Amino acid sequence: MCSGVDTEPHVLTDFDREVDALRQLLSLKGLMSVDELRRGIEAIPEPEYHALGYYQRWIRSIADNLLRRGVVTEAELRRALAAA
Amino acid sequence: MSAPDDLLRVSAERLLVAIRDILAEKSIVSPAEIADRIAITEAASPAQGGRIVARAWVDPLFRQRLLGDGTRAVEELGVVMRGAPPLGVVENDGSVHHLVVCTLCSCYPRAVLGYPPFWFKSASYRARAVRDPRGLLAEWGTIVPAGVKLRIVDSTADYRWMVLPRRPEGTDGWDEERLASIVTAGDMIGVTIPKIA
Amino acid sequence: MSLFSAGDPVRVRDDWPETGGAVHIRTPHYVRGMPGEIRAYLGRFPNPEDLAFARPARDLALYHVAFPRQAIWPEGQGDDEILIEIYETWLERA
Repeated sequence: MCSGVDTEPHVLTDFDREVDALRQLLSLKGLMSVDELRRGIEAIPEPEYHALGYYQRWIRSIADNLLRRGVVTEAELRRALAAA
Repeated sequence: MSAPDDLLRVSAERLLVAIRDILAEKSIVSPAEIADRIAITEAASPAQGGRIVARAWVDPLFRQRLLGDGTRAVEELGVVMRGAPPLGVVENDGSVHHLVVCTLCSCYPRAVLGYPPFWFKSASYRARAVRDPRGLLAEWGTIVPAGVKLRIVDSTADYRWMVLPRRPEGTDGWDEERLASIVTAGDMIGVTIPKIA
Repeated sequence: MSLFSAGDPVRVRDDWPETGGAVHIRTPHYVRGMPGEIRAYLGRFPNPEDLAFARPARDLALYHVAFPRQAIWPEGQGDDEILIEIYETWLERA
């Protein structure tokens, strides 16, 4: 962690922008607070956490939180993943 | 209640598509709303922050309002703050230099500056900003003189913090637009200071 | 509405709820148990420790608290400081 900082600009991908926008919309609609997002990120097991990119952690936390709140059901997610 | 792991241990791209499809199907979040939100997010940028800094440099009363209540002051300039966390502004002067970090995650004054840069979100920046701040600043070529106090603002909770940098010498008589053009995102986080090209 | 005022010496509770199960805490590890000084009262905000689990959250006073950096990490220059937002429930009078 105490290595040099990569100060180069990185371009966001469409995936990054979409996850970012989705997070904002879920907050605005009262369906997931930013604290729930953070809780979900912190709950990712450490080896997986380090293997995932920034917005990859976000979508994993978003999915976890939507399931916890019942906004999305397990059955719906299984079906949609099979189609995705 | 937590999801079975196998459900979430799929590729992030697939997970996004699945979640997006379900939310659209249930009329919770539409693809159009996502597109609109991306456009709104991209309207904020370091250039917008530069405009705020330049105004504070030329208008002492605006500077006072900005330091007193950042949210209300930037709204005067047309920055949309509705739904955004409160904005706090800390000012550099001859005796204090501020550096903003979020050691717990990546809180950033997004409503003003746009998406946080990659380095701001990195583990090494977040760790070293508090542990080795002067060494960290040196990587940007920024030297805080020994007599100047470095105040690290660890953005942990409900505010988002932005630095009002010092106006560089040699800019007398510059108009706001020209002043705004020299201010970078790094200057408003404190890793760099505004320079005349 | 708030217990502390600018200039008050305080100490961050030396508490580690993380050891007891799933929690979400906004008080960084590196200031737990550390003495600091209230710089400003920042307003009242719903407790993030409850918001993180979608539980009803009561409003807590939030302060800007300054810590001498060298008291936390001995290397570096003497009077550098770290300014952190901390909720009242994490602070005690020093």
